Amino acid sequence: MAPDAIEREILIDAPPRVVWSIVTEAQHLAGWFSDEAEIDLRSGGRMLLTWRGHGTYAGRVETVDPPRLFAFRWQTREGELSDTNSTLVVMTLEAEETGTRLRVVESGFATLPWPGDARARYAEENSKGWLTELGELHDYVTRIVGASSGR
Amino acid sequence: MTTRSDEADRLWAALGDPMRIRLLDLLLERGEATASTLAGALPITRQGVSKHLNVLERDGLVTAHRSGREVRYAVREERLDQARAALARTAGRWDTRLTAIKKMAEQAAKSGADR
Repeated sequence: MAPDAIEREILIDAPPRVVWSIVTEAQHLAGWFSDEAEIDLRSGGRMLLTWRGHGTYAGRVETVDPPRLFAFRWQTREGELSDTNSTLVVMTLEAEETGTRLRVVESGFATLPWPGDARARYAEENSKGWLTELGELHDYVTRIVGASSGR
Repeated sequence: MTTRSDEADRLWAALGDPMRIRLLDLLLERGEATASTLAGALPITRQGVSKHLNVLERDGLVTAHRSGREVRYAVREERLDQARAALARTAGRWDTRLTAIKKMAEQAAKSGADR
């Protein structure tokens, strides 16, 4: 995984269809994510996420595959939503004996434009190019955050 | 909370290039180095290295100091620490959100079963 991605997961004692409605329905999004939420739950559908005191941010539904996969982009800064001012959140729901394993990966913190075409040229090297120091980011994050979530 | 500063965005942008990551790794390994010696260890030209070093310097990830006729570069580790901390905060926010989802889903499943 790229060093600018976060992966977290949790085991939920509820079936995937219940978890699905919690993560995708506006009334529930407004409970765990933003203060107010609107969502047009289909690929390309618009989302509006409001945090009182901070403002409203746009989002776009990317993938809807109930009750397994839900992906959306949300804006990190002002302006029209685009791939360079938003991050991608991918939520996967996996049925387990005792409920649902919900996994989330948020990525794209480093997708802002930068000069030249070096990104395309070196994209191939991504997998082996990210070395020690930054490769440790995930271990580090997993350690300090994992400690509090009982993993 | 969703606020992400321009400062953080610039930091991520600087870190978002595999070649710059390799440059940082080399610099961390060697302590400090010139653009020429770095180019010798990478599949790009000295000009290419300089371009990336300029981005890293602009966004505060490396420092440059002149030593005679050379410019030597070194990593500012406190900036890397900021990147770590930003990722950790994001991870922490997701843990909070996932815990909320868990509570809401388990409550919904329970009340559904009671009916």
